[in-house]
Amino acid sequence: MNRIIVGRLSVNVSGLRVLQRSFCSSVAEKASSSNSGQPSSESEVKQSFTNNDDQYDVAVVGGGMVGMALACSLASMPLTKHLSVAIIDSNPALGKSNFIKKEDPPDPRVSTVTPATISFFKEIGAWQYVQQHRHAYFDKMQVWDYTGLGYTKYNARDVNKEILGCVVENKVLHSSLLSCMQNTEFRKTIYPSRLTSMALLPSSSSISVDSTPSATTLFTKGHLAKLDLSDGKSLYAKLVVGADGGKSRVRELAGFKTTGWSYSQNAIICTVEHNKENYCAWQRFLPAGPIALLPIGDNFSNIVWTMNPKDASDCKSMNEDDFVKILNHALDYGYGPHPKSISSGSVDMFSWFRGDATLSAKECFEVPPRVVKLASERMVFPLSLKHANNYVSKRVVLIGDAAHTVHPLAGQGVNLGFGDASTLSRIIAEGIAVGADIGEVSLLKKYEAERKPANIVMMAVLDGFQKAYSVDFGPLNILRAAAFHGAQYISPLKRNIISYASGEQRLPLPLPLFT
Amino acid sequence: MGSNSISKMAARHLRILSGCNGALLSVRFFSDSTLAQEPIASTAIDSASVSPSINTAENHSQLNNNKKHSAPSSLKHAELAKFSAIADTWWDSEGPYKPLHALNPTRLAFIRSTLCRHFRKDPYSARPFEGLNIVDVGCGGGILSEPLARMGATVTGIDAVEKNIKIARLHADLDPETSTIEYCCTTAEKLVEEQRKFDAVIASEVIEHVADPAEFCKSLSALTVSEGATVISTINRSMRAYATAIIAAEHILHWLPKGTHQWSSFLTPEELVLILQRASIDVKEMAGFVYNPLTGRWSLSDDISVNFIAFGTKNS
Repeated sequence: MNRIIVGRLSVNVSGLRVLQRSFCSSVAEKASSSNSGQPSSESEVKQSFTNNDDQYDVAVVGGGMVGMALACSLASMPLTKHLSVAIIDSNPALGKSNFIKKEDPPDPRVSTVTPATISFFKEIGAWQYVQQHRHAYFDKMQVWDYTGLGYTKYNARDVNKEILGCVVENKVLHSSLLSCMQNTEFRKTIYPSRLTSMALLPSSSSISVDSTPSATTLFTKGHLAKLDLSDGKSLYAKLVVGADGGKSRVRELAGFKTTGWSYSQNAIICTVEHNKENYCAWQRFLPAGPIALLPIGDNFSNIVWTMNPKDASDCKSMNEDDFVKILNHALDYGYGPHPKSISSGSVDMFSWFRGDATLSAKECFEVPPRVVKLASERMVFPLSLKHANNYVSKRVVLIGDAAHTVHPLAGQGVNLGFGDASTLSRIIAEGIAVGADIGEVSLLKKYEAERKPANIVMMAVLDGFQKAYSVDFGPLNILRAAAFHGAQYISPLKRNIISYASGEQRLPLPLPLFT
Repeated sequence: MGSNSISKMAARHLRILSGCNGALLSVRFFSDSTLAQEPIASTAIDSASVSPSINTAENHSQLNNNKKHSAPSSLKHAELAKFSAIADTWWDSEGPYKPLHALNPTRLAFIRSTLCRHFRKDPYSARPFEGLNIVDVGCGGGILSEPLARMGATVTGIDAVEKNIKIARLHADLDPETSTIEYCCTTAEKLVEEQRKFDAVIASEVIEHVADPAEFCKSLSALTVSEGATVISTINRSMRAYATAIIAAEHILHWLPKGTHQWSSFLTPEELVLILQRASIDVKEMAGFVYNPLTGRWSLSDDISVNFIAFGTKNS
């Protein structure tokens, strides 16, 4: 059996004697010699292990929102807060504590965090930092499409909650997680460079007794993964977490295959301003893709408009006033009429379905607030769906966008990532509680078994929506309208939808076997 | 079945009284196989840190005597040979030891909770067993010993099969946290003779392979300090266990090689409690392991009809 001998180790020559002592069966002839030098050599050997500065329990590759959320979560639990963590990210912002000034205009890169993510943040102690900066809770949502045949209004009070979600800028989320971590005594080291290569030193699953390993190979870091960075440094870790986004290098190096396709759509995002406050999230499905208006707070809103790539680049380059005009057009009468609201007097055929009617079932259709001006630059991103076929292999695990990228139409992407981080840190804690090696595949497979089905279902649902809304075909339009009406008036369905989208429910249908 | 095994035990007791070394008799079949592989001298002087009070020549002749009087132990020989043959696959979590790897976290959860409560250790600490001396009797490749070491304990692992100890040593040396485990190819009785004492003695999935469970329990008890803990896990001698552990696991699903377990060697929980009581150990808690075929996971439960684990404390 081959063992790679790692050159940069300090092996004590007297360590050889300790090695021989520990093989009980072959000790007979060495009994006399081993008795003499034991105590000191054993303590020396122990020391050579603890002097390694480049050896970590967990190496998080990618210090973005999801990677930092994992690190924070590990820092917040008693079973895992003693772990040493290395964070590898070349982003210079990680090194210093960045102060976000209140007067800064809102960044167009925002995320909608679901209530499940908010509770996760509260658990790890990071939500208090988010609350110090701009963030906007919203408790209402309206979804309709250009055909004007139907609309759905959601209200948090339909499920007896106060909020449907909160819209926060990504930089606020990121700096909150950083502040949260800096205020703990967590042993973390930030490596400001990129990962170039990764190697798994051969392990022992097929040790055979007949091999006679030399002393040096036994003292090598045979149980660790070695990471080489672009600035020449190397480090060793028991577990490598790939949190480095859609173009994950960890995923590539570990050889995980992916499935996916790119949507022939780009998303254009920007911040806009209104004349009045907005506490509702609006989404209108247009023939080329949905346009979403999300409140950010202080009369600002964020626009995410999905369209085909050519139109997206046109929108980006046109002047601001024209862009504002077409924005209002798209949100209002563009492409089709307003849906009709059901007035309270008329007979509606769903009355016997309603049962325990939701508050929002009676609400009328509203027109979203007018955009007054553009408040930021416009950014364009290509959209695609990608899913790693496996999330784990020995000593490697993927979380966040490295494992899955989805369409932004329901604002779920980063919430799936936070769900991954939360589950992974819990699984690591459970492993430590029973003394397991945290890089063991059997432990990591528990994480995969929990997250993969949930992620796949969510991706399928979102992909389904994306495809259903991108076709302008008479019967399909009627079907969609029926879907809108159904969701609006069939209360149990609406509650189910809200609860699934809020992250409170893991799967869209209550399947007792798999939850 | 119960009366049969008790009469067998009685017969052995009589043989003990008639002049053989009682302590060695109970592990007769272990030492038979090791004699076949190694010179007796090496197995005697294994734990170098112990007082060398063993007279090897004396042991050798006594063991030879026992061989002539012994009940047929060919099955036990074959069993040990089976363990030796698959020793290389101990740490292959998809290999023949897969069920044991799957069971490991569950039995560790029980051990952790009972030992933390008994020794008043912080259950939220990552290394709750810091300062405790634990012996893993029948440690095999070290599947149980290594997590115990990671939980902070000072672990000694013993097994009668030489190959297992070699594998265990090689694997443990890969991780600095587990390289401190002391592995010895020896038996519980020999450790008793060396007058070793431990805060906790764990014999998991061992007692069903031992020739004389009562003597074995006496040895385990002798290894435990007073007010120390003894944890034994085994398979119940019930019809359900026959259907599950023998027919399903060995013959149908092929999880275990055929002949791994003998149903007649299983102990019922009542018998185990009784022989432990006679060895001055009070069983305080017992739990069962239940396998969920849909999720493929084991969990702790009150159902002790197939696999069960018992935690007892030694009377002072």
